[in-house]
Amino acid sequence: MTLPDPSAWGPILTILAMAIATYLCRISGVVLMGFIPLTPHVRRGLAALPGSIIAATVLPLIERLGLAAAVALLAAVGSMVLRRSELLALLVGMGVIAGLRALGF
Amino acid sequence: MDNAAVPVSGAGMLLGIRKVSVLIPGIIVFAVAFGAAASAKGMSLIEAMLMSALVYGGVSQLVAMELWRPEWSWGAIIGLAVVTATVNARMILQGASLQPWFAPYSKTLNAWHLFFFTDANWLIGTRYHAEGGRDLGVLIGAGLVLWAVWILFTGLGHLLGALVSDPRAYGIDLVMPIFFAAMIVPLWRGRRAAVPWVVAGIVALVTAKLVDGYAFIIVGSLSGALVGALADDAA
Repeated sequence: MTLPDPSAWGPILTILAMAIATYLCRISGVVLMGFIPLTPHVRRGLAALPGSIIAATVLPLIERLGLAAAVALLAAVGSMVLRRSELLALLVGMGVIAGLRALGF
Repeated sequence: MDNAAVPVSGAGMLLGIRKVSVLIPGIIVFAVAFGAAASAKGMSLIEAMLMSALVYGGVSQLVAMELWRPEWSWGAIIGLAVVTATVNARMILQGASLQPWFAPYSKTLNAWHLFFFTDANWLIGTRYHAEGGRDLGVLIGAGLVLWAVWILFTGLGHLLGALVSDPRAYGIDLVMPIFFAAMIVPLWRGRRAAVPWVVAGIVALVTAKLVDGYAFIIVGSLSGALVGALADDAA
């Protein structure tokens, strides 16, 4: 099998391949759940899923990014508990991490 | 059960735009950082904006910049597509978690709006749906506005380029983790409901230690969902 050399269109083809891969991720969970009956078990599993995705995403990232990132995230969550503002939480979190990194942490 | 589809309304879309507006400053710094990274890697302005328009997944785009190269073979293209799929595999679960909301709507509408489905409007949609909201316009309005902002500020970042040479110094790598962590607060339903989250976090930490890449998100999230599914059996 001979495919033409992609080099001239390389960046565009790569972007298209990434776009297709991402779109498949976007739709496949929804399509898949269309075939799974919503039993009470599945319903409870789905209810636990959003918080689980968040915990499973954030904790390993904190572990990779270090103590300063952990402090910044705790500060952001703390501000969210007190004020319920995502914007304030972002400002607090980024302020803390920028400050700690400027100090060399 | 949500049997009938609540019509997608303009008011819902406006509500989605209002809800997402608090996340937009974070998305802007993220987009500018990506645009700057793309320019540093030799991507043209058009290519950078095209990637933001078609892929529309910030973390996967930043990871792609780590792997970007001047020459492309078919193998390298497929390799990057596979890496992109693993980074974005969390979208499979995010979509699954909101499927009961999407199910009453037509396949065509779902296929269209899911193109604009991303972390930020998933967060907003999850919160809105948990509070009893059912107008899909909220998710669509938020997704469309973010998409436009994402493309526009990718372009600006590409043009500014060197000004943001060290995005880490400003904590831009923490934008997504901050939004995610902050979402725990409105999702909180007491300690008992948080048990699956703790399991998800611990399993993800262990997986991240054992396996390279982003598999930890999937393994951890599914463990949490499984614990949630079985939790009430003991009671």
